Amino acid sequence: MKIPRHPVLSGSPNRLTRRAAIVVGVQAAVVGLLGWRMHDLGVRKSSAYAAMAEENRISLRLIPPARGLIFDRQGQVLARNRTQYKVDIIREQTIDFEAVLSRLATLIPIGESDLERIREDVARHRAFIPVTVANRLSWAEVSTVAANSPVLPGVVPGVGHERMYPFGTSTAHVVGYVGPVSDYDLKRIDDRDPLLKIPRYQIGKTGVENKLERTLRGSAGIRRIEVNSVGRVVRELDRVASASGQDLQLTLDNRLQRATLDRLGDLSASAVALDVRSGAVLAMASSPSFDPNSFVTGISVDDWEQLIEDERRPLLNKPVSGAYPPGSTFKMIVALAALESGVIGADERIACSGYVEVSNRKFYCWRTEGHGNVNLRQGLRSSCDVFFYEAARRVGIDGITAMARRFGLGQRHELPLQAIHAGLIPTRRWKRINRSQSWLIGDTLNVGIGQGFMLASPLQLAVMAARIATDRNLSPYLIRAVGSRALQPPATEPLGINLEHLNLVRRGMHDAVNHARGTAYAVRNRRKERRFAGKTGTSQVRLITEKEREVGVLKNEDLPWRQRDHALFVGYAPYEDPAVAIAVVAEHAGSGSAIAAPIFRDILRAAFDLGLTDGSEPDAAPSRSSGSATGLSDLG
Amino acid sequence: MTILVNQQKAIPSGFSKILHFHWALAFLLAAVGSIGILMLVSVAGGEMEPWAAPQMTRLAFGLVLMIAFAFVPVSVFRRLSVLAYLATIVLLLAVAEYGATGMGARRWIELGPFRAQPSEMMKVALVMVLAWYYDALPAEWTSRPLWVLPPIVLTLIPAVLVLRQPDLGTATLILFGGGAMMFIAGVAWQYFALGMGLVLAAIAMVFMSRGTKYQILENYQYQRIETFLNPASDPLGAGYHITQSMIALGSGGVSGRGYMQGTQSRLNFLPEKHTDFIFTTLVEELGITGGAVLAAAYSLIVIFCVLSAISNPNRFGALLTLGIGTTFFLYFAVNMAMVMGLAPVVGVPLPLVSYGGSAMIVVLAAFGLVQSAHVHKSR
Repeated sequence: MKIPRHPVLSGSPNRLTRRAAIVVGVQAAVVGLLGWRMHDLGVRKSSAYAAMAEENRISLRLIPPARGLIFDRQGQVLARNRTQYKVDIIREQTIDFEAVLSRLATLIPIGESDLERIREDVARHRAFIPVTVANRLSWAEVSTVAANSPVLPGVVPGVGHERMYPFGTSTAHVVGYVGPVSDYDLKRIDDRDPLLKIPRYQIGKTGVENKLERTLRGSAGIRRIEVNSVGRVVRELDRVASASGQDLQLTLDNRLQRATLDRLGDLSASAVALDVRSGAVLAMASSPSFDPNSFVTGISVDDWEQLIEDERRPLLNKPVSGAYPPGSTFKMIVALAALESGVIGADERIACSGYVEVSNRKFYCWRTEGHGNVNLRQGLRSSCDVFFYEAARRVGIDGITAMARRFGLGQRHELPLQAIHAGLIPTRRWKRINRSQSWLIGDTLNVGIGQGFMLASPLQLAVMAARIATDRNLSPYLIRAVGSRALQPPATEPLGINLEHLNLVRRGMHDAVNHARGTAYAVRNRRKERRFAGKTGTSQVRLITEKEREVGVLKNEDLPWRQRDHALFVGYAPYEDPAVAIAVVAEHAGSGSAIAAPIFRDILRAAFDLGLTDGSEPDAAPSRSSGSATGLSDLG
Repeated sequence: MTILVNQQKAIPSGFSKILHFHWALAFLLAAVGSIGILMLVSVAGGEMEPWAAPQMTRLAFGLVLMIAFAFVPVSVFRRLSVLAYLATIVLLLAVAEYGATGMGARRWIELGPFRAQPSEMMKVALVMVLAWYYDALPAEWTSRPLWVLPPIVLTLIPAVLVLRQPDLGTATLILFGGGAMMFIAGVAWQYFALGMGLVLAAIAMVFMSRGTKYQILENYQYQRIETFLNPASDPLGAGYHITQSMIALGSGGVSGRGYMQGTQSRLNFLPEKHTDFIFTTLVEELGITGGAVLAAAYSLIVIFCVLSAISNPNRFGALLTLGIGTTFFLYFAVNMAMVMGLAPVVGVPLPLVSYGGSAMIVVLAAFGLVQSAHVHKSR
């Protein structure tokens, strides 16, 4: 068959035209589809996409405020902000996060555990939030990172502030420390502050840093910046400045605080010094202490375990969180209860033969040979237990607890500190509920010498001493000024104790120190203007059985540490015109007269030497004088 | 009278050809090219360098080439068709052997002072050779199985070569282009139904082979397909480009953010903003209005081709014109569909607008062929 060679002008134009029409139809449909899509994107969803474009372009960066500083009453800085270099990483700008991180790890030291933490932080937070890779870098390290920024998208070197406690251990418990905000913190506190969304944002964990967190923190500023796709800041659009946290001034005198802690030494002990005219806490020391700075920079596991395992419990703020049987320091309360209820006359004598027998049980005096006939003043001076057994028996438990409460025992003194112990004033009701037993007369006798179920914190004992010294219901306070605003001491009212009764008790305390037969005669001060009144206390933490008494009571030195007596001393000075009240409690340290009284004497001497007793007040509010103190110098 | 009729129906010759030149088409092409240059200035932040200036040179060169081609009788191109096709195949093979590598693919070859992408040229060469084939083939044989086979082979050879570069986008366009030529030439419906079935089966095979040692596509190609199907699945990873592109398109709204005001492109959120994604920049800055104007210009170009073809009694000229018009359509439709998230991101430039020498010159040369067919048709 011959293939017909068709002419150029033949073919089948009709068919071509038909097919062309179909092609054009299909093309028109496609163009229609594109047009619909265009409309969908550009008109219907335009505003959403415009917002996304803005989001792309605009990055909000929080400006963390400078944390408020903490000063002592003289204006010494107890907590400041130290400037340091750091490197942050912003995941959404890295494109390949792991690659950038490993590149960064070749420039600055990043350990395995750091890498783990960084990955965890990055995974937990939204992609645009900067996560700190490394802190406390040298200038050379930061420069290296900055110089390599083209290959490190999303890596931002910067200047950060880090909390620093110049006096470390001496203010550790009161000032507290800051640490990175944790999930636990976020759950516990209802705080919507965006600052808390900054990974590892430092918030107060303990002490005043924790309790006055909101005051110290300030509020975040916001920087609206335009960034390009790799996160480089193109320009800043606007900014709202951050508001620095307010500074705090504590009532503490840092010098007395340090002297007190030094004096406590290695003992598991605490001491509180109050200004009796206002209730200002001049010193509040807890020993042994720890370095709060190590918590800021990250404490090592070893150090942490050492702190946790120490039986002297260094992390406990003993002045407010410790609760001890007050022992003989409670005798002033029993004496006042007896005097006020009229069951014992001012000069009434009670015979002490070394013990008293009540309901077939012997209650011993600390002096086995007895004190003979003693009146109230002598009873306080010599701390005769038998006298106070009898006084307590006559008053009854209800009268004692009522008087204890008037002197601030068994109640929380609200200070901006954590875990404030309310102590324990046992009542009939309390024993019924907690011990499922009815109150016995023996319980009353034990309370009469501050033993049994009685518990009091060193702060409560100091308040008690201050109230005895002043006859006013003063309360302790710790914050002297917030910002430039000085706070007024809490208002006080007279306790309404018969002054004769109170003076009798005061004289008893005076004699305990200044009378040759007083329990603390060894620590007296001969200078009249420094003469003080006080009361020793040696509280038992174990039961001494009759059997043990027969073979001879074990000496403290022969007992395990945990079973030794607590040594206590409370008092005030000067005797004539009280200015300070001090309470000292040394756990399992021995007797009040041998251990606690000398500590009291030395703290008091420091207070006198520092001029804290002369009634002069330092200037109202501290000034942020030097740049280094504020830590606000801008290196950026 | 015969003379008169003959004169009227005569094919123009000599300088009179310029009278029959399709000026409207030429003007539109130049206008679209100018829009491209404007956009290249914008993405460079208002600078002629590095893209707008070289693009201008190429546009001018391409337009001159188009006019030059218009003067060449279309019969010359018909005779050159097979040669052009074979030469391009040789170039494709040469690219595979000696080509320059860029972005993980071998696509370019040095031709004297030029860098050429033979895969771009192939789109036109294939249209030429198929137009020649169907011109030579008696019309009634068009759908005979034996004569359906050669065009398929002619299409598949370059498609496979390009796919191996690898360049999925261009390979797909070549396949579509070849298919379109066969359809226009009048191949029976049944073949296309069969072809569709085979394509679907092939797609199924491509996906089923994934992860086995017989895997057909590269991993990145699978990833692109997955990203196309669900760009939101990985907005900062593989879906980044398309997500950012859609943000840019959408944020432009009706009137756009203003020339040189597009934040998505200016701040580098847009990928390939001067090449494949330039339409996105245009819509971001000039809005749907700008996009619609460009789309209208493109459509008009295609319509001019169709009108010229159906009035052309010369079968080769008509097939060539329609084929080039259709290929051109495929280019811009696939590119637009791609940046709008309607098609996978396959690396197809926007004709005459995207930065790139080969594509620009090849497109204008192709329209030179269209002009030639238009000028030399008997009237």
